[in-house]
Amino acid sequence: MQKNPHKATDFQPLTKNKELDVISRPSVSFWKDAWRRLLKNKLAMAGLIIIALLTFLAIFGPLYGSYDHRTTDLENKNLAPSFESQHLFGTDDLGRDMYQRIWYGMRISLFIGLSAALIDLTIGVIYGSISAFSSRTTDNVMMRFADILSSIPYLLVVILLMVVLGDSVNSIVRIIIALSITGWIPMARIVRGQILQLKEQEFVLAARALGANTKRLIFKHLIPNAMGPIIVTITLTIPSAIFAEAFLSFLGIGVEPPAASLGSMANDGLSAMRYFPWRMLFPALFISLIMFACNVLGDGLRDALDPKMRK
Amino acid sequence: MAKYILQRVVMIFISLFIIVSATFFMMKAIPGDPLTSERSVSEEIEQQLRAYYGLDEPLFIQYVKYLKSVATWDFGPSMKYKAQTVNDIINDGFPVSALLGLEALFLAIGMGIILGVIAAMFHNKVPDYISMILAVIGMSVPNFLLAALFQYYFSLKLGILPTAGWGDSFEQTILPAFALAALPTAVIARLTRSNMLEVLQQDYMKTAKAKGLSRLVSTFKHALRNALLPVITYLGPLIAGVVTGGFVVEKIFGIPGLGMQFVTSINNRDYPLIMGTTVFYSIILLVMVLIVDLLYGVIDPRIKVSGKGKGGE
Amino acid sequence: MKKGIRKTSLLLLVFVLAFGTFLAACGGDEEENETTNEQTETENGTEETNNDETTDEGNMDSDLAEDQTLRLNLGEEPPTLDPALATDNSSGSVISNVLEGLTVLDKDGEPQNAMASDIQISDDKKTYTFTIREGATWTNGDPVTANDFAYAWKRVLDPSFPSDYASQLYPILNAQAVKAGEMSIDELGITVIDESTLEVKLENPTAYFLELTAFYTFLPVNEKAVSENGDVWANWTDDEGQFYVTNGPFKVASWDHQNKIILEKNDTYWDADSVKLQTVEMLMIADENTELTMFETGQLDWAGAPYSAIPTDVLPFKRDEGVLNTIPQVGIYWYKFNTSQPPFDNAKMRKAFAYTINRQMIVDNVSQGLQTPALGVLPETMELKAGGYFKDNDIETAKTLFNEALAEMNITADELPPITLSYNTSEGHKKIAEAIQDQWKQALGVDVSLQNTEWKVYLEDINNGNFQVARLGWIGDFNDPVTFLDLYKELGGNNDTRWYNEEYTTALANAAEEPDEAKRNEFLMQAEQILMDEMPIAPIYFSTQNWLQQPTVKGASLSALGSLKLKNVYKVNE
Repeated sequence: MQKNPHKATDFQPLTKNKELDVISRPSVSFWKDAWRRLLKNKLAMAGLIIIALLTFLAIFGPLYGSYDHRTTDLENKNLAPSFESQHLFGTDDLGRDMYQRIWYGMRISLFIGLSAALIDLTIGVIYGSISAFSSRTTDNVMMRFADILSSIPYLLVVILLMVVLGDSVNSIVRIIIALSITGWIPMARIVRGQILQLKEQEFVLAARALGANTKRLIFKHLIPNAMGPIIVTITLTIPSAIFAEAFLSFLGIGVEPPAASLGSMANDGLSAMRYFPWRMLFPALFISLIMFACNVLGDGLRDALDPKMRK
Repeated sequence: MAKYILQRVVMIFISLFIIVSATFFMMKAIPGDPLTSERSVSEEIEQQLRAYYGLDEPLFIQYVKYLKSVATWDFGPSMKYKAQTVNDIINDGFPVSALLGLEALFLAIGMGIILGVIAAMFHNKVPDYISMILAVIGMSVPNFLLAALFQYYFSLKLGILPTAGWGDSFEQTILPAFALAALPTAVIARLTRSNMLEVLQQDYMKTAKAKGLSRLVSTFKHALRNALLPVITYLGPLIAGVVTGGFVVEKIFGIPGLGMQFVTSINNRDYPLIMGTTVFYSIILLVMVLIVDLLYGVIDPRIKVSGKGKGGE
Repeated sequence: MKKGIRKTSLLLLVFVLAFGTFLAACGGDEEENETTNEQTETENGTEETNNDETTDEGNMDSDLAEDQTLRLNLGEEPPTLDPALATDNSSGSVISNVLEGLTVLDKDGEPQNAMASDIQISDDKKTYTFTIREGATWTNGDPVTANDFAYAWKRVLDPSFPSDYASQLYPILNAQAVKAGEMSIDELGITVIDESTLEVKLENPTAYFLELTAFYTFLPVNEKAVSENGDVWANWTDDEGQFYVTNGPFKVASWDHQNKIILEKNDTYWDADSVKLQTVEMLMIADENTELTMFETGQLDWAGAPYSAIPTDVLPFKRDEGVLNTIPQVGIYWYKFNTSQPPFDNAKMRKAFAYTINRQMIVDNVSQGLQTPALGVLPETMELKAGGYFKDNDIETAKTLFNEALAEMNITADELPPITLSYNTSEGHKKIAEAIQDQWKQALGVDVSLQNTEWKVYLEDINNGNFQVARLGWIGDFNDPVTFLDLYKELGGNNDTRWYNEEYTTALANAAEEPDEAKRNEFLMQAEQILMDEMPIAPIYFSTQNWLQQPTVKGASLSALGSLKLKNVYKVNE
């Protein structure tokens, strides 16, 4: 516990707020209330529906059609999308059904994106809030450690990691680890910045005066208040994780073929853009849809979860 | 304040030492060295090459030599590009990357803040949706794709801009700058929006309104200033990243910047170049982070107070 | 109401600002934009007219374009312009146009006299006497002498000089011993008889020696320029380019690192009259798709081989349009087996896997560059046995061999150890690996997993025997079978397979000492036969070079070894 740096003169009597006295609505739980507000946000709901739909398709989409996502058929390569051939999204340059590959790729991309975001969130929030609440020296050391980690060439870290891990773990787990090594740093910075800003505000002072300990302060007061930027950052993490995965597969630690993520499929389709646009179009479209949905949902959640937005 | 800055500067040097050491041992730990090649050379030649490049010395001696080269800011010749020293490569590449980066940064900050402010002011209305959809599109398209699409439409189809290259005309910088700016624009727009929304709820905004300030004035004078705080947190690392160049954009647009060197030096195991680019990038990043932390105090008076209070303990 | 107006005006203001920024960034130089447009149009016009007249080589003088500037893309920064240090294609592409050796290779890969005006070969084919061309000069005015060659070669073979490619000179008598520091440089088989006569003694009768003398490691350097300036003579940063004294058809006018090299015609070159190009601009753009777009918009005159590559997906379309040029390359794409580990320590198992591969399918549908399925290891430019040593996609035999191998190993197909096919990270390698993975599964029922790794990690793995099947390629330095066959002569080096065969090594040793060409070929064929019987490597295809050139570019001939002599290139009017 650190000393309270404030002098008695820092404390001002509470001004009487008229709004507090009026019971404006029936008491509802925080989450219920947030959900209610989310439902009202059309864009966010669109995002939620898109995510639900894409998840559904990623799971059940492969049931349609008679093709396997990994069987090559060189005689039927680069077929344009058509209903007759049952290749709804066409075929790729090895004659594999793009429709099947998209859903398998989406499973991988969604899994990687969500896992990486979750890990980043956990580490980032804990690290950032501890840093913000520690003594000045500890805070300084912790933040400098984050700087150091983001200064060491990422590619070097990834190659080393790949060599160390080798084949001992599944390629998807390997990617998630590689993404998480530095992925949590922006989150930690944001959380720390938010808490630094919030912790000197009156309501924290009040909570402290009422005897709340640091842990309670962090989890009951500060983090909920910092939820807005945290959620926005998460929704930024999912896209960047999915893109970073494409970059990693470009470096050689991507998903093991014949499986492919959406990012690597879009990368593959790039040079075919002029002649077989569907090979780039479908992966790019679905990546963009995931990104779009995550982002608008994130914005909606931000608004819905923000305690200050309660009216 | 002076004491604080001094402390931080000392920290930067300690951090640099750790970064240099960690990078050195990591680059030595990964398989392959500058001489690894598809065409292995005969043994006697390999030995001579090792001796020539000092790769046959004990690891510790090599480490001390590297520390010395970093301390004297003389990284020696690149092992791959025999015509250039690492200092040359940095001196040539950095201005190119920085110029392009600043162009992109200018675009990103300008467009991002404008979109974010519009979205916040018209929260949950059509302009909000349009701005956010624009921002989200910017971050939904991977930048290699965006760069390729730009080239396809603006260069091949419309023929109004050069495809790639550097140093011949200003037009060559337009496509890469926009490709580089897309993601930061989106991030800045969304951070601005989210913080503006928060700030607009604050009491002092109500006070400003009560004082009779127009919405325009109160938005720009009070709200924006406070809303930019998290944006600045983001800008620190962003500036460091953007001025040292982006690998994908530099590769696709054939830009002789520093960004490609970060990746190719590691692919080539060009030890002096890896060290040089890493140290250079680290310094920029660490200094940017310091500046951001200092700016925090300037922009948000509350933090300055707390900083002083803490520092006085 | 009032509030509404304010809102609208604010919105307008913001949009105007945003648009202003955009326009300021885009519309800066409208005039120049227009000229770019015009250029593109004329270039397009060019294509149309020129496709009709393909035989205008005869009256070239009248059609010669005013602007003799060739724009091409090297794809990367040349690491050095010093012939003794160069090891890569982009350095070689510049160096071989600014320096000229004793011989140059014509488009059929045959050596022609260049700096040497006359070459005498002794009967035992172990002594070569070169007469240096009279009137050949360096750009600093010095005449080119026999000593310039002797100096250049001794420099490469100096034990303290870091030259990766020194072994290119090993056919010269005692060269290896000199490089290893076991012999004095004076014992090297090079003698400067007089200013214009150079005598070279060889270890063995080396049938391809005159091809070697065209290779960049054999190029001469000007002693004064090199000894006075050290390595800076060919590796300069700013204005030291003046030290780069050359003797070829072009000279380096400027070197803007990582961006552009500009060559200019060298007026003091002995054959300057036949050089038509005035300027060559060499860019360094790494991305193949970008290069193609630049070619299509007329910003480049050349795209693809030998400097870079055309994206695979584009190849069939350009071929259908009739604009793609394809020629064979002295190169092979193969899969190496690690013969020290089961299951590939069994020759029948190796053959079963090799025979299964459907090469024609891969060439037609995956690599798509009109490559030839490789049923031996020697490309067609040096082929010894027409038709190859086995049948492509021979699943019947493969299955028999597979079962025999299992029987020999005393296991069932289920007990086969897990097999991994490795390749270094690249789109092209991945596609071929995926196709072959599937072919093996279909034909033999074996599940092979794929593993891709970063290039240098990959090379280390292969060097250390940390692989089962791995893809590699090999491009010949000269047009002779030993450039491929010698790889497996002994363990270590570039063998990688851990395969060693006494008979094979003997056959190659016999070939090296044999002065008679027919007998030598017999030994070489014997060696290739052993290699294919034992199959430590599964050949996939012989490479090709694919490129596009603007119809205004004439006289360009690319050799199978991948060198483009700009000397004979010229541009005509559309």
